[in-house]
Amino acid sequence: MTGEPVAGVERWGGYVPAWRLARAVLGRAWDTPSVPGERSVCAGDEDSLTMGIEAALACTGGDAGEIDAIFFATTTAPYAEKQGAATIAAVLDRSGVLTADVTGTLRAGTTALRAALGAVRAGTARKALVVAADARPAEPATTMEQLFGDGAAALIVGSRPVAEVTGEASVAEDFTGPWRRTGDPYVRSFEPKLETEYGYLRPVERAVREALAAAGITPDAVSRFAAYAPDSRAWSQAAKRAGLAGGRDPLLAQVGNLGAAHAPLALCAALDEAAPGEHIVLAGQGEGADALVLRVSSGVEAARPAASVAGLIASKRMLPSYESYLRFRRLLPSDASDPRSSTVTYWRDRAQALPLYGVRCTACGVVQFPANRSCIECFAFDRMEPAKLARRGAVFTFTLDHLAGGEYLETPVPRAVVDLDGGGRIFLEVTDADPRAVRIGMPVELTFRKIHEGAGFKNYYWKARAARVAPQGSAPA
Amino acid sequence: MPGIRDRVAVAGVGATRFTEHWEKDQEDLLCEAVDEACRDAGIDKSEIQAIWVGVYYPFTGLAGTAAADPLRLYGIPATRVENYCTSGMDAFRNACFAVAAGVYDIVLACGVEKITDQGTRGLPNVREGAHPFLPAASAPALFAMAATRCMEVFGFTKEDFARVAVKNHANGAKHPKAHFRREITMEDAIGAPMISDPLGRLDCCAVSDGAAAVIVTRPEIAKRLNHKDDYVVAKANAIAVTTAAPMYKPSFDYLGFPATQIAARMAYEEAGITDPARQISFAEVHDCFTITELLNYEDLGFCSKGGGARFIAEGHPAPDGDLPVNPSGGLKSFGHPIGATGCRMIAEVTRQLQGRAEGVQVRDPELGLAHNLGGPGAVCSVTILGRA
Repeated sequence: MTGEPVAGVERWGGYVPAWRLARAVLGRAWDTPSVPGERSVCAGDEDSLTMGIEAALACTGGDAGEIDAIFFATTTAPYAEKQGAATIAAVLDRSGVLTADVTGTLRAGTTALRAALGAVRAGTARKALVVAADARPAEPATTMEQLFGDGAAALIVGSRPVAEVTGEASVAEDFTGPWRRTGDPYVRSFEPKLETEYGYLRPVERAVREALAAAGITPDAVSRFAAYAPDSRAWSQAAKRAGLAGGRDPLLAQVGNLGAAHAPLALCAALDEAAPGEHIVLAGQGEGADALVLRVSSGVEAARPAASVAGLIASKRMLPSYESYLRFRRLLPSDASDPRSSTVTYWRDRAQALPLYGVRCTACGVVQFPANRSCIECFAFDRMEPAKLARRGAVFTFTLDHLAGGEYLETPVPRAVVDLDGGGRIFLEVTDADPRAVRIGMPVELTFRKIHEGAGFKNYYWKARAARVAPQGSAPA
Repeated sequence: MPGIRDRVAVAGVGATRFTEHWEKDQEDLLCEAVDEACRDAGIDKSEIQAIWVGVYYPFTGLAGTAAADPLRLYGIPATRVENYCTSGMDAFRNACFAVAAGVYDIVLACGVEKITDQGTRGLPNVREGAHPFLPAASAPALFAMAATRCMEVFGFTKEDFARVAVKNHANGAKHPKAHFRREITMEDAIGAPMISDPLGRLDCCAVSDGAAAVIVTRPEIAKRLNHKDDYVVAKANAIAVTTAAPMYKPSFDYLGFPATQIAARMAYEEAGITDPARQISFAEVHDCFTITELLNYEDLGFCSKGGGARFIAEGHPAPDGDLPVNPSGGLKSFGHPIGATGCRMIAEVTRQLQGRAEGVQVRDPELGLAHNLGGPGAVCSVTILGRA
């Protein structure tokens, strides 16, 4: 590939929801054998897009400068008609960018990465952001319900990479399994043996061998295999057939099969630990396969995100029961209240709702939210300038509210008045929290969530949560 | 500004029982309260020249027709007043101002709310026009955030909150129109299930239905009506509106409600009161939650800032204390049919000053204060009444 423009991964960041379900709970609920370990479960206020935005913010650190293209890869887009990548762009405060959703296949993440690499090499994007996320629906009482997990990963692709992509290959095949028709509630599978051998192993082996050849290296030069696999056994077989050394997938045992996000998040985990000079093979599968070879270079340590994938996996809360999983997944009908909403006001307030802008009074300096014509403190009129709010702060006061939507909840919803770092006071629900742990002065970070679906659309906004993961290199909290 | 001091009289008052009125609708309740007020004043309802009706929820009533239709008082001005939980006392203010202006001789201030028809736990949510993404918080949640701060800064405890609940329930147990007519213990109050931590169920007033009505006139006309010898006059009325979004105001300390402090200062000035703790004989205050009553003591100047817990621990607001507060039993015992509460307070203070309280009668009152607080501490109305 001599002479080709250099492109590869400059930064990365992952997201694993806080909630886990022991697979034994699912086995007990249905009287079926249990797969060992746990799976991640996104909360009722999360979906692929909110998880993807978590990963995007972790990856960019909120600085999306020079990102000219944003790809959102998922098989579980929140909307059939409405682009997720545009929402990511809005939250990142980038409007003059190419956006696209890559959907409909489990290899959407690796395919989006190849598209991003192409844009950077072609010079149509200085940097491109790939966001992959999935929360695939599994039919109750199936093995898939135990194996699947929810999560997201984000990668910034650019021309000054710490992990240069040195070889790529794709294989396209028509293959049925697993699949989900438009309108199907759950992922379907017909014959797992066939699906593993012919749908997974063979195209993955071919793509990996071709990518290695393109990179000009042999399998024994590869130290890490970051790959999608339907289960742990298939992952090991894929590594072996491609001639790659042993090792283990970092996600399947304790997080699950993350669909389109699996290979990208496995790459994040590999980059968290890889040393300069290592070669990583990345492989995604679905109606064929994509494979990429990455060569890690110096600077990889400095590029590491604040939270490692291992840290995210270790930071967890256990779901107590199958019923709580059903509630998160909305698998049971509910006559919950229908909150009022309006696409008109949501659009008008988009700068506040998505990139989280307040205003600063130029007369008295107070940062405030929501935006006003007149200052809430000194009452000066039309002296406001936009102020980007910090996504960190501390609880000023709070309550644990048992009354919500006209119903009494046994487990209360914490609601907090939060003073944001750098100014601005905001009133937020505290999510993913042990209510008893909320305190005055508690440090919180803002997390992008689905508030409700009033007026038949997804009303996304921010909530607060206790800071989850200690930065890499510091002592665990 | 001349104000309304001694220029407006309360000629008669009426109120329904406050409870879950499953068999009555809002029109039944309003008719019942207005009929009692007219009979108390000794007038026929046809003598009413203008109406202000306090209603908060749109499902209870819209526009002036909320009063004109049930009363069949057509062809005269009738105005719906909505100002959060202060709607009822703001209806009374409008009635007082119209009489003081000399435009009318006899007018009606009334308020009603029929909440239990909605089938919700707690207050129904009304969020039209709100940001679609802003979190919906229950009414107790908004006041619980003040309780949390006061526990942190002043050292208030669940026991301090419970003293308010025990006192008001003891008073309400003696009032025939109260929703809850039973005494409770400190253990009951402290051990009640949490609603919005740290506020438990007995820290919260109930959801109730009810209506109240006040006939307002000029003193010289009151002298010709039923209460010619014991009519009551207004010494002051003040309303203050502050922000409905204190949770977004960086300097809001959650240790009191500026709306009450401002309204009280204005009312004391109009009434010529310089030392409210000594000059006010008793008060009906807005105890939507126990923490609110503790903060009202401070905001109304009955004690120093942060001194609310000590004020009740020392017995000052007890019925036999030196400044009885909520001798009726307050919102704690009556519940809070939003639009009705402010007018009920005027009715209670009037009857106390006339020595004919329906429940606990305080001794020889000269000046009575009524305090109505709305929203998240956003709107406050303070009225001071005295014997003519």
